[in-house]
Amino acid sequence: MKLKKKDLLGIEGLEKEEIELILSTAASFKEVSTREIKKVPTLRGKTVINLFYEPSTRTRTSFEIAAKRMSADAINISVASSSVKKGETLRDTALNLEAMNPDCVVIRHSSSGAPHMIARHLKSSVINAGDGAHEHPSQALLDMFTVKERLGGLSGVRLLIVGDIAHSRVARSNILGFTKMGASVTVCGPPTMMPEGISAMGCSVSHDMEALLKDADVIMMLRVQLERQKEALFPSVREYSRLYGLDAGKLRKARKDALILHPGPINRGVEISPEVADGPWSLILEQVTNGVAVRMALFYLLIGGVKE
Amino acid sequence: MKRLLLKGGRVLDPASSMDGVYDIFVMGGRVASIKPSSEARGENPQVGEGWDIIDCAGKLVIHGLVDAHTHLREPGEEYKETIKTGTQAASAGGVTTVMCMANTKPANDNESMTRYIVKKAAEEGLVNVFPVGAITCGLKGEALTEFASLKDAGCVAVSDDGRPVTSGTLMRRALEYSRLFGLVVISHAEDAVLAADGVMNEGAVSTRLGLKGIPDAAEEAMVARDISLAELTGARLHIAHVSTAGAVALIKAAKKRGAGVTAEVTPHHLALTDEVVSGFDTDFKMNPPLRAKKDVEALREGLNDGTIDSIATDHAPHSSIEKDVEFDHASFGVVGLETSLGVVLGLVSQGVLTLRKAVEAMTINPARIFGLDTGTLMVGSAADMAIVDLERKWIVDPARFRSKGRNTPFKGMELRGKVVKTIVNGNVVYDGEI
Repeated sequence: MKLKKKDLLGIEGLEKEEIELILSTAASFKEVSTREIKKVPTLRGKTVINLFYEPSTRTRTSFEIAAKRMSADAINISVASSSVKKGETLRDTALNLEAMNPDCVVIRHSSSGAPHMIARHLKSSVINAGDGAHEHPSQALLDMFTVKERLGGLSGVRLLIVGDIAHSRVARSNILGFTKMGASVTVCGPPTMMPEGISAMGCSVSHDMEALLKDADVIMMLRVQLERQKEALFPSVREYSRLYGLDAGKLRKARKDALILHPGPINRGVEISPEVADGPWSLILEQVTNGVAVRMALFYLLIGGVKE
Repeated sequence: MKRLLLKGGRVLDPASSMDGVYDIFVMGGRVASIKPSSEARGENPQVGEGWDIIDCAGKLVIHGLVDAHTHLREPGEEYKETIKTGTQAASAGGVTTVMCMANTKPANDNESMTRYIVKKAAEEGLVNVFPVGAITCGLKGEALTEFASLKDAGCVAVSDDGRPVTSGTLMRRALEYSRLFGLVVISHAEDAVLAADGVMNEGAVSTRLGLKGIPDAAEEAMVARDISLAELTGARLHIAHVSTAGAVALIKAAKKRGAGVTAEVTPHHLALTDEVVSGFDTDFKMNPPLRAKKDVEALREGLNDGTIDSIATDHAPHSSIEKDVEFDHASFGVVGLETSLGVVLGLVSQGVLTLRKAVEAMTINPARIFGLDTGTLMVGSAADMAIVDLERKWIVDPARFRSKGRNTPFKGMELRGKVVKTIVNGNVVYDGEI
């Protein structure tokens, strides 16, 4: 069985069954990364281009490793965002890459909708590796995979997402993904970081983190971009951390078995304290491990086998 | 002398409260007489040799549309539009008079630029063109332009449209000074700091799409400021492209107090909500942005109750260079001259407004706001007319536009009601199939 679509642009366009297929496929690929020889021949002869318009270490490396463990040829292109304006257009870049006949283009871009735009122009599959504040579907899939692996399922799970919801593509994809799978999602942060009408995406909204902790099975902390302080989204790092940082004190109000997630990179001492990040219920590094398996599954489901 | 008879159409002229089947006799580019339809009286029309006859039976005959808000891009951005192509587009849309905004390159902020536009329009324009002069030099918001010279050269209003006049003091001076000349000051009402780098309406849709939002308050804060300044100065203020329910409420209250304020709305803000942005199609990106359902409802109500006086397109052609890019980076603006009547007639057939109201808002009302001698078919007036087939259905195909701009939010949409002929000064300038 394969995904019915050419591209993975967001969780929004995925059916529940498709998410289940991706997660179960990822489960079967996870073992490959534990082998002595970490490689399967499944995508031999396929070409994957990682086109990154934003700096990224984790996601780009994860996609690259996933492609290579599937025996695809992976090429990385990093485009400094400063040269975007004077350089060629995104459309032209995409068409030039297409002329080299790749099978899949993985794109990260600071503008929401950029992957959708190039997907309209390309015959090859496009995977959205994060577009603006819109979606980051592979991150949500690996988050769902991680929680499902620990808790056995997603239905009925109570997820709490804390931080800068307004600027977070991770939050949006996870709200869509977890609610599709029957989980309930609450988002929490100061009103300055809460976008207008977010509840229309199917989540509840609250500003009181301490009151929410006791009812969360999974706590997902989002990275605070420190430069947002200039936009007056929070007055100081210290005050943000006091209200919305997860430290040992706040964690005592949570369930004893609550799982801690963070998409990384973490700001130690800002949104998450070292003892929590490194503590027994932190799945932060497990998320990274699972990211490779989920991306292997995505490649397999989108470009595996012979094209029709 | 050229003679033209428009025979047996339904003539609707709100300014003279005329609505019935009439023959219109045109001589020397002017309406010579209007008589009850000869056929209705069982007679042949009373014309002899040398008359061109257009059979308008079953068609609607109205004064040509007066579009008080267009961007013709010439001089400076002729690859987007020229006075020639822009007025061709106008003619195809039944528009016989356009006002063109000052944000050309360089800006229309001095007398010689205005004279150039007027001359070029006389030579190459298919319809009447009235320039709008800039309020501030180079649209920079720093120094007032020479209103007297601009008016002498042919400007009928002043506006920095495309940009707000950020300084409240400068806007106050512009309004005060405009009183000397009876020039209407057109406000592009936007608090640029609040709008920041927003690219669409702020709301549930922008949140879902992760696009930066432009809050209603960015418009409303500036509408409130400019109304206050109009009341302070006693000047005539016109609010361009009203898009939010809050702005409608502010204007309604101001009018009730007797402030010298008028307002316009675009067909796209009347017809579409921000939901259509979902596919990141940049042909839905304009400023002000498409708003929410509550706003569309308020705009329709405002048009009906007279809070909003007129409909104007904000015709803003762009090329693929500006539009075939990421949504964040695309230029704001959509074309509208060739679809405005079809879109508004669609609203008429949905019962949103009456045909009379629609025609009023697109002809006599904008003419009166800006003191233009046009907008009515009364005997003696210039024979600027549109013949419209109210029943004809057509699909908007940008490839067939006269405009160089293809950036329409109505592409692929089926519209009902099409201009079949457009007449300017007694000459047929758009000759579609009747």
